[in-house]
Amino acid sequence: MFKFLLTKLAMIVPTFIGVTIASFAFIRLLPGDPILLMAGERGVTPERREELEAIMGFDRLLWDQYFSFLGDLLQGDLGVSIVTKAPVLGEFLARFPATIELSVIAIIFAIAIGLPAGVIAAVRRGTIFDHTVMGCSLTGYSMPIFWWGLLLIIFFSGILEWTPVSGRISFLFYFEPVTGFMLIDSLLADQPGAFKSAVLHLILPAVVLGTIPLAVIARQTRSSMMEVLSEDYVRTARAKGLSPLRVVGVHALRNALITVVTVIGLQVGVLLAGAILTETIFAWPGIGKWMIDSIFRRDYPAVQGGLLLIASIVMIVNLIVDLTYGLINPSIRHE
Amino acid sequence: MATAAKNIPAVGTFKHSLFEFWSYFRENPGAVAGLYFIVLVLLFALGADIIAPHDPIEQNRDALLVPPVWQEGGSWDYILGTDAVGRDLFSRIAHGARFSLFIGLMVVTLSMSAGIMLGLLAGYFRGRVETAIMRIMDVILAFPSLLLALGLVAILGPALINAMIAIAIVLLPHFVRLTRSSVIIEKNKEYVTASRLAGAGHMRLMTNTILPNCMAPLIVQATLSFSTAILDAAALGFLGMGAQPPIPEWGAMLAEAREFILRAWWVVTFPGLAILLTVLSINLMGDGLRDALDPKMKRS
Repeated sequence: MFKFLLTKLAMIVPTFIGVTIASFAFIRLLPGDPILLMAGERGVTPERREELEAIMGFDRLLWDQYFSFLGDLLQGDLGVSIVTKAPVLGEFLARFPATIELSVIAIIFAIAIGLPAGVIAAVRRGTIFDHTVMGCSLTGYSMPIFWWGLLLIIFFSGILEWTPVSGRISFLFYFEPVTGFMLIDSLLADQPGAFKSAVLHLILPAVVLGTIPLAVIARQTRSSMMEVLSEDYVRTARAKGLSPLRVVGVHALRNALITVVTVIGLQVGVLLAGAILTETIFAWPGIGKWMIDSIFRRDYPAVQGGLLLIASIVMIVNLIVDLTYGLINPSIRHE
Repeated sequence: MATAAKNIPAVGTFKHSLFEFWSYFRENPGAVAGLYFIVLVLLFALGADIIAPHDPIEQNRDALLVPPVWQEGGSWDYILGTDAVGRDLFSRIAHGARFSLFIGLMVVTLSMSAGIMLGLLAGYFRGRVETAIMRIMDVILAFPSLLLALGLVAILGPALINAMIAIAIVLLPHFVRLTRSSVIIEKNKEYVTASRLAGAGHMRLMTNTILPNCMAPLIVQATLSFSTAILDAAALGFLGMGAQPPIPEWGAMLAEAREFILRAWWVVTFPGLAILLTVLSINLMGDGLRDALDPKMKRS
């Protein structure tokens, strides 16, 4: 296991270096003059240009710039946002809980529906239920989620008036963030109606963000369940006279879950990409919306830092998924 | 399948493999439905100028936000209604089919040809070439796809062509990995050794001997990438980083329609429905292709 861990870690290092080079190259690959872009439409005086170039380090050699970028990075310094003049890392961390909250609820929604739907579809293979689940999941997988979000807003916010259109909580409530997670903070704030408002704001974005993972999980659960159900040990369990529920729920599901857990882990990238669209539609103040806003405001240090941080998160989660997979399925370790 | 025995072409010919492929594909009703719908979209794309009753970017100031024909206030002049500046939605969607199919085709061609080339090099030569290529692909895969595409468009500038290049780069690793792993398996087979002994050079071995035997999974991947390309391009258009107004691209149409969602449901519903149905049909077709091309899935 230790050797397996070391191999996996050794493989991630070059990728991580590649990611830092890609993010480092980002500002330098921009067409035209980044200094002029940063200065905005008023233009820039020669003195101010020298000053900005010194701040950005453009007056030094390229490899020198890269190593000081790496050095700053290791100290948690990702540069300063051009727009807010605040450190990029702080900006990112301030918005990250909102995205985590949204993603966690989205993935819970996806698992809560996708897993049972996949299991039942596999057990009742070829029935109308199976075909419906597969049809819905392929539709979900093909869904342009930005459109799906707009449709849900038309129906639930426009026609039924059940849910609010945007934001994390109603303007009627105000309290200092403690954890950054609105569901927890609204409970801690002890204001009547605050928690309900937070839940109502969260439902639609979570459903929208969870739709594609839900489709993927349902499909994957069905196919691994079908594979496992045809195994000898399942037949043995049936022959022993165990109840169908026990055979499916305990013997088959536990083994089918190995691949399903991996697939769920790999949804992190999908969630973060989906968060960009979902947060834009619902004006959800997370990192997805922040990235889009930064791109439009040409806040390039923020975009650069955001790209790097998000890629690192995806890499770390994928590493954890790999390691857990090796832990529950020993044959993988010895490849 | 022994029913039409007299029409089966001789085993081993191209015609026979095509026949075999079609007989498997035909058994999947979803795949066939998807194929029909894609043909329909293709007809729309090719004949947009004839089918569309109006110019897609012509604005009619006296017909703003007209509802579709079956709703009160609708008219046969504008079957699916008009948008906020009085452009006919049906004509825009018909012309939009052109953009979506073109985007899919261009992205897949770009990504697949570059991916096959890199994958062939990596799988055939192994060693340092392989390490270098695969590590670069790992870096691309470390970024969530839409985010990387956005970053690339920020560098290249918001335009449809740049969005297509960005999406092609994002999809590249899938083709490279797939080609590489098939090449590694095929390279050690006897027919390749035979061909090498017969004096075939590297180029010939790679492109004429090995590559044709790696195509089946690549074709399936191409259909999947085709639908991803359409979805991602629409997402970029929706975020204002892809096709720019007044181009009738479906994603960009949704972006323009956003502010009217609570007043005029049709400006939001129809372009999105066009995206969903097109992508769904391609995915249905992809499922059918996989079943028909993958020998492991064939019922023996």
